[in-house]
Amino acid sequence: MTSADVVGPDRAPPLEEERISDGIQGVWERAWLNVRTGNLGPVPIIVGEIAVVIIFGFTATNFFTSVNFVNLITETAGTAMLAYGVVFVLLLGEIDLSIGYLAGIGALVVAELQLPGSSWQMNGILAMLVAVAVCAVIGGVQGSIVAFVGVPSFVVTLGGFLIWQGVILNELQQRGTIIIQDRWINYTDAYIFSPGAGWPIAAIFTALYPASVLYKKIVARGTQIGQQSWISAGLKTIGIGIAAFGSVAIANNGKIIDTPEGLPLAGLIIVFFFVLLTFLAKWTTFGRHVYAVGGNAEAARRSGISVKRIKVIVFMISGATAGIGGIIFAAQVNSVALTFPPGNLLLNAIASAVIGGVSLFGGRGEVRGALLGAVLIGTLQNGLNTLSISNGWIYIVTGLVLLGAVTLDTVAVRLQARSGR
Amino acid sequence: MSDTPLLHLQGITKTFGSVQALTDVDFEVMDGEVMALVGDNGAGKSTLVKCIAGTHSADSGRIVFEGKEVHIHGPKDAARLGIEVVYQDLALCDNLDVVQNMYLGREISRAQILSEAPMEQHTSETLKSLAVTTIKSVRQTVATLSGGQRQSVAVARAVMWNSKLVVLDEPTAALGVAQTEQVLELVRRLGEQGLGVILISHNLHDVFETADRITVLRLGRNVGVFERRKTTQQAVVEAITAGKPTKVAGISASPAGVDA
Ligand SMILES: Nc1ncnc2c1ncn2[C@@H]1O[C@H](COP(=O)(O)OP(=O)(O)OP(=O)(O)O)[C@@H](O)[C@H]1O
Ligand SMILES: [Mg+2]
Repeated sequence: MTSADVVGPDRAPPLEEERISDGIQGVWERAWLNVRTGNLGPVPIIVGEIAVVIIFGFTATNFFTSVNFVNLITETAGTAMLAYGVVFVLLLGEIDLSIGYLAGIGALVVAELQLPGSSWQMNGILAMLVAVAVCAVIGGVQGSIVAFVGVPSFVVTLGGFLIWQGVILNELQQRGTIIIQDRWINYTDAYIFSPGAGWPIAAIFTALYPASVLYKKIVARGTQIGQQSWISAGLKTIGIGIAAFGSVAIANNGKIIDTPEGLPLAGLIIVFFFVLLTFLAKWTTFGRHVYAVGGNAEAARRSGISVKRIKVIVFMISGATAGIGGIIFAAQVNSVALTFPPGNLLLNAIASAVIGGVSLFGGRGEVRGALLGAVLIGTLQNGLNTLSISNGWIYIVTGLVLLGAVTLDTVAVRLQARSGR
Repeated sequence: MSDTPLLHLQGITKTFGSVQALTDVDFEVMDGEVMALVGDNGAGKSTLVKCIAGTHSADSGRIVFEGKEVHIHGPKDAARLGIEVVYQDLALCDNLDVVQNMYLGREISRAQILSEAPMEQHTSETLKSLAVTTIKSVRQTVATLSGGQRQSVAVARAVMWNSKLVVLDEPTAALGVAQTEQVLELVRRLGEQGLGVILISHNLHDVFETADRITVLRLGRNVGVFERRKTTQQAVVEAITAGKPTKVAGISASPAGVDA
């Protein structure tokens, strides 16, 4: 508390923000103010991503090829799906350690259900829906134990981690691998849009953000949420456009073209769920309540919010996104094997969300953080791979980036607290 | 002001295991009245409030609200009747902004989709009508507000819902002088607007500045109701401490309301 609080009337000195002018000048002033006060948002991670792309673009000759870019997108897709779920769980201040093997369960269920010749064989799309539903139910059960019994989520989902790993082991130990032949399931990863179809998709994606700004400006006329500056909205739109059109351009025809590719469906899936889940988190009552519970569960409860219901639904979301991610990973190799989930899936997913600025203590973070984090980790690991760097170093670099991002975020939060914003 | 009390508790008894927190307590608040509830630590003030808020249910006794007996089983029931409780702590979500806190749990929405504009407008209007003017932006996160501003938001939130009775559990306990004054001013305005107010406080100075009447609890019993204009701080202190002669520093023995 400042001394002004105690002696004088309760009036803080005017915020620096209020003196900022409009126009281009204002955008710069605001940006500089944000840097000084640690209100960085997703800027560091975007800068990091650009730096990584440039570095690998120069050092790895095959980085900017369409084949590699399509690979990069499909590799990132599964991790990003899991990371989306992690965002919601972390927003509550909880954790879900089971998602890696839950992804495996999703893949396993889908593989079983499409098995040609079996009595339960079904259409691939239906099989995927069932698999995702199974994972959502499992998530719901785990969430119920957390919410109604009060067992810490760390313990419940650690139990889930072991249980679902065990189930996968039991199922696959004898058979080794189940091949997935259903074309719909494999499409989730491998379907490639024709070069022509990529452009309109990029255009629609780019248009979403300005459309939402416009919507707010119209619906919320005269209120502060409708007051975003046109210039900053325009600049952000241009940035999103560069990323979207650039990705399509490279996926369509990379630097060294051996096989012309195109935008993979997996890329569209992560964008679709990014939009859907961002909408859920930011525009709906449910999303508002998730932030409230994460910020102060007791206050939320006293406000009449059913904290338990919110928890159960969030763990269902986390299960469902894990299931979807699992299907994408299975489609990548057209099979599910004992080696599932690939690599450090669980830790990569959590790291993605955390690198993207989602707080482990609840109430702070956004869905876009998971996407940005997953893309950064994906690019990093892909780039190091194309440079034929050993796995050991890939882990070390990923760890350092995680450490760096969280350190930066912690410092930023402290700066923010000091400047009173 | 009619003769029926807004809220009338009759013979409320509440035990926690072997602890008798409340014993046969009668308590009333009229419309437009600020009723202070005072008593030593553990006297049962918070417990009584929790019975009104529906957090606890009394073992026996009746709650009569606007002349009708009611049963309150939770925050939602209380809110439906027009009873709002402002807790000293844990009332707001730091990570949400003022508007989001004001509408927490009762968001305006269409098909589950939030309608931010009316929420923001109504929040600004409510704060203005209560003369809460020090808050710069209703889109500031609550974490950036001062203690007095936070308490003002909590009180404003309680008032916004056409509430008839607002319960404040130690609203100024953590506040400095100026901020305390700000909140007390707000409390007085609630009374002037015709709401019933229950004010719990350990600070008799605050109580004598705002309350119309004062109910004293001691060891879970109602040991007296005082008219502020016709009593002294000394008399209230004696009721709180069971008449032991306690000279409390800074408390004068003269009547607080001179114009009685
Ligand atoms: N949940 C509970 N379980 C057991 N005993 C309780 C519980 N809540 C309150 N009590 C007991 O009831 C009595 C009254 O407590 P209460 O919190 O109502 O006092 P208070 O007047 O609000 O005190 P303070 O001024 O310290 O806030 C105390 O003896 C307390 O220990
Ligand atoms: Mg108390």
